[in-house]
Amino acid sequence: MKYIDEYRDPQAAKRLVKRLAAVTRECGPDGVTVMHVCGSHEQAIAKFGLRAILPPGLEVIMGPGCPVCVTDVPEVDEAISLASDRKVILTYGDMLRVPGSNGSLAIAQAKGADIRVVYGPHATVAIAKGSPDRDFVFFASGFETTAVATAGVILAGPPPNLSFLSTHKYIPPVMEIMCEMPDSRIQGFLAAGNAATITGWGIFEPFVRRHKLPVVVGGFEPLDILSALIDLAELVRDGRAEVKNAYPRCVTREGNRAAQRALWEVFELVGGQWRGIAHIPNGNIRIREAYRAYDARARFWINTEAMAASGVSELARRCICGDIMSGVATPHDCAMFGKECTPLDPVGACMVSMEGTCKIWHEYGAPPQRARSIMRSA
Amino acid sequence: MCLSIPGKVLEISFEKEVKFGKVDFGGIQKRVCLQYLTDVVVGDYALVHVGFAIAKVDEEEAAKTYKLLEEMGQVEAELMGAEQA
Repeated sequence: MKYIDEYRDPQAAKRLVKRLAAVTRECGPDGVTVMHVCGSHEQAIAKFGLRAILPPGLEVIMGPGCPVCVTDVPEVDEAISLASDRKVILTYGDMLRVPGSNGSLAIAQAKGADIRVVYGPHATVAIAKGSPDRDFVFFASGFETTAVATAGVILAGPPPNLSFLSTHKYIPPVMEIMCEMPDSRIQGFLAAGNAATITGWGIFEPFVRRHKLPVVVGGFEPLDILSALIDLAELVRDGRAEVKNAYPRCVTREGNRAAQRALWEVFELVGGQWRGIAHIPNGNIRIREAYRAYDARARFWINTEAMAASGVSELARRCICGDIMSGVATPHDCAMFGKECTPLDPVGACMVSMEGTCKIWHEYGAPPQRARSIMRSA
Repeated sequence: MCLSIPGKVLEISFEKEVKFGKVDFGGIQKRVCLQYLTDVVVGDYALVHVGFAIAKVDEEEAAKTYKLLEEMGQVEAELMGAEQA
């Protein structure tokens, strides 16, 4: 396929790895530690076996870039509550098995709730029109790239029996939180290329000035990732806190203005809790007052108290997904990984989503020498 | 959840003033919303995410990137070769 195959050339990849190893050595005896914030980057790194060939000395930590994993427990409870109240829930498949306070959408489905998987927000319109006597709610999860699609459907004027439960989240603020964590060893960020097609790479300019850390915007094929890591390691080596666009075939400085206009017409940023991590100021994307007619939270009374009152289960208490998503621990640091917590029987959100660190490491493996946590152990 | 795939725009149509298109992904064709790519035309490549085209693939930049990637690796390979000599 054009624009995919040529960026997977194994010979070119081998040469890039050599170059990356050389640059990493030039960074000195402590090596380089960088963070990416995109589940799709982690998936690509694992899927193409890049973790096994990254040079020693280069640590690429996965930050909280899995949107399903950071959807908070009360947000999952809201969807389950609506499902139990005879609303038809339309959701991305990944969200089905995410544990809430008490069960998941999958369990609600097994108990008779009408929950259907969609692959994009457009599908929700035809489905809702097909049954005008039922109430449909689209469980809108995902980061800003995906929120753009939700905005498009809302702006087109959805049918009256369709509303939206937004749990969309916004990545740039969490990068601030990650590099401000005490004992953070992050020396640079690999930013998600597809999100940057919307926001533009210019959005990182204030960030690099403020934090004096480089940011490289990278694509998702193996050559894209390797070349972005080379760019990032070079910036770290030279002490240059700049933004570099390593995905110029799709990303520009201004981004997609039409998409940005639609996004901020429908949505606004509010602070909110990211599951297992922290309260992230401006981290949540919520429907504006002007569009509350389509906001499920405004249309329905959603009661999650009963669920929350059931308390946190013993297994959930031992879950360290939050530390894993912050790059403070790896799945190998979790006593339940692969034992009580598996993809078939997940305890935490990281094991549910195909972009969750635990799920990816369980499926593709992780070389033991990579399984160091960001905190230097005593 | 950035997962996006580049595809070729085969047809463009308007449904209630919203721009849609038929996009080909290596033989598989899907209906995609093109409203965010105001200047896209048939024959262009677009990056598609959950049924929406979010960016046009700039063919010139793609060619430049590809050349750069080939060269980036080449210099290193030559240097490695020189060291071993």
